[in-house]
Amino acid sequence: MLSKRIIPCLDVREGRTTKGIKFENNVDIGDPVDMARFYYEAGADELVFYDITASHEKRNIMIDVVRRVAETIFIPFSVGGGIRTLEDMRAVLLAGAEKVSVNSAAVKNPDIISQGARAFGSQCVVLGMDVKYVGEKEGIQSGYEIVINGGRTYMGMDALEWAQKGEKLGAGEICLNSIDADGTKDGYEMNLTRLVSENVNIPVIASGGAGTPEHLADVLTEGRADAALIASMVHYGTYTIADIKAHLTDKGIKVRKA
Amino acid sequence: MIVIVDYGAGNLTSVQRAVSYLGYESLITNEPEKIVNAERIIFPGVGAAGSAMEEMKARGIDDALEKAFKSGIPMLGICVGCQIIMDGSEENDAVCLGLIKGTARAFPSGMKEENGILLKVPHMGWNGLNVVQPHPLFNGVGKEDEFYFVHSYFPEPLDRNNVFGVTEYGVEFVSAVGLKNLFATQFHLEKSGKPGLLILKNFCIWEP
Repeated sequence: MLSKRIIPCLDVREGRTTKGIKFENNVDIGDPVDMARFYYEAGADELVFYDITASHEKRNIMIDVVRRVAETIFIPFSVGGGIRTLEDMRAVLLAGAEKVSVNSAAVKNPDIISQGARAFGSQCVVLGMDVKYVGEKEGIQSGYEIVINGGRTYMGMDALEWAQKGEKLGAGEICLNSIDADGTKDGYEMNLTRLVSENVNIPVIASGGAGTPEHLADVLTEGRADAALIASMVHYGTYTIADIKAHLTDKGIKVRKA
Repeated sequence: MIVIVDYGAGNLTSVQRAVSYLGYESLITNEPEKIVNAERIIFPGVGAAGSAMEEMKARGIDDALEKAFKSGIPMLGICVGCQIIMDGSEENDAVCLGLIKGTARAFPSGMKEENGILLKVPHMGWNGLNVVQPHPLFNGVGKEDEFYFVHSYFPEPLDRNNVFGVTEYGVEFVSAVGLKNLFATQFHLEKSGKPGLLILKNFCIWEP
């Protein structure tokens, strides 16, 4: 049977890994290539890199990071953040990423999803979604709304509808980030994850809120997620990938041996 | 020199990077004469069998691979490369190379987990490999090793002697096939961590 995937996420700014809470107060936590090698050796199933470099002129720093990561690790990894055009997508894929993740650019221009899927295949295109709970209201039937700019801008789009539209347009996977849960270490947004996962036919990666291995166990069972994104719980050495996988195995969840 | 065949089916640089990491030189090419003169041939691929075959035929790569197979050059197919060696594929009813008798089949629709949850297709992620007969390329591969898959189709050889590995996803499907100097895996050796690199390394020293 297919294993559930454990995916460390690295935020990269101007070539360095950083970590912040709710996209703010970022601190330097290391070299992304060294960290990629460390997590590869430690048994991570996949990696996610988000380029949070503010300036578009410094984007080529990230391409160089991607190239060096691709020479170092031999598991899939995706790259997101600041991907606006088909050419941006091509650049990270050619540099060696397995997948490319589009988020706010897709919200503004959904065609980027179908264009990417046509050009590179659906398996390459991850739809990243930042979501906030706003309660049921007109246009937001699920109660979950799509936000961009780190949660500061509400887009008036229903998260579930957007996930389904993204699938129809050709996204091969959804990375579902709860802005409410992000950085809290109180657990994933279970309702949101389950709602989306049960209503699309592409894999869903749960993101935001992981603090303990039990949180991953919950989201991979009750939350119906296919994979779980983790960040600070491993970046600061609180848990290892092996700790997490041992816990999941104890709970009867199938994971690849770390 | 190891030749990596470029037939327009996706990103070949990841395979080249893996081969280079193992210490072997390789050349990415779509030229038939370089293919038939190669020491070893790898043909990776993502995408659709039909478009892969069209591209091959347009460039004469299909004939080159057939010639290479008959002349005994060690050959390794990966993912779509594991499907196009069959007679044909259910994907758009494509006619394929026919190096191994059989068909590439699609996962049946409506497959479910034991708890009734619908299984998603494509089959994407890490899964196991049950070795059903030994092969030099499996030297050192452990029972618990897993490999990275991304696919909706899989090879189904007519002759079970061509089946070397199977994997479970809703159904049991064939994930590794071989015949003489040809071997192919449905999983991505270049993205499967250490066990993937091990099989790739075994291929680089294989004397069929």
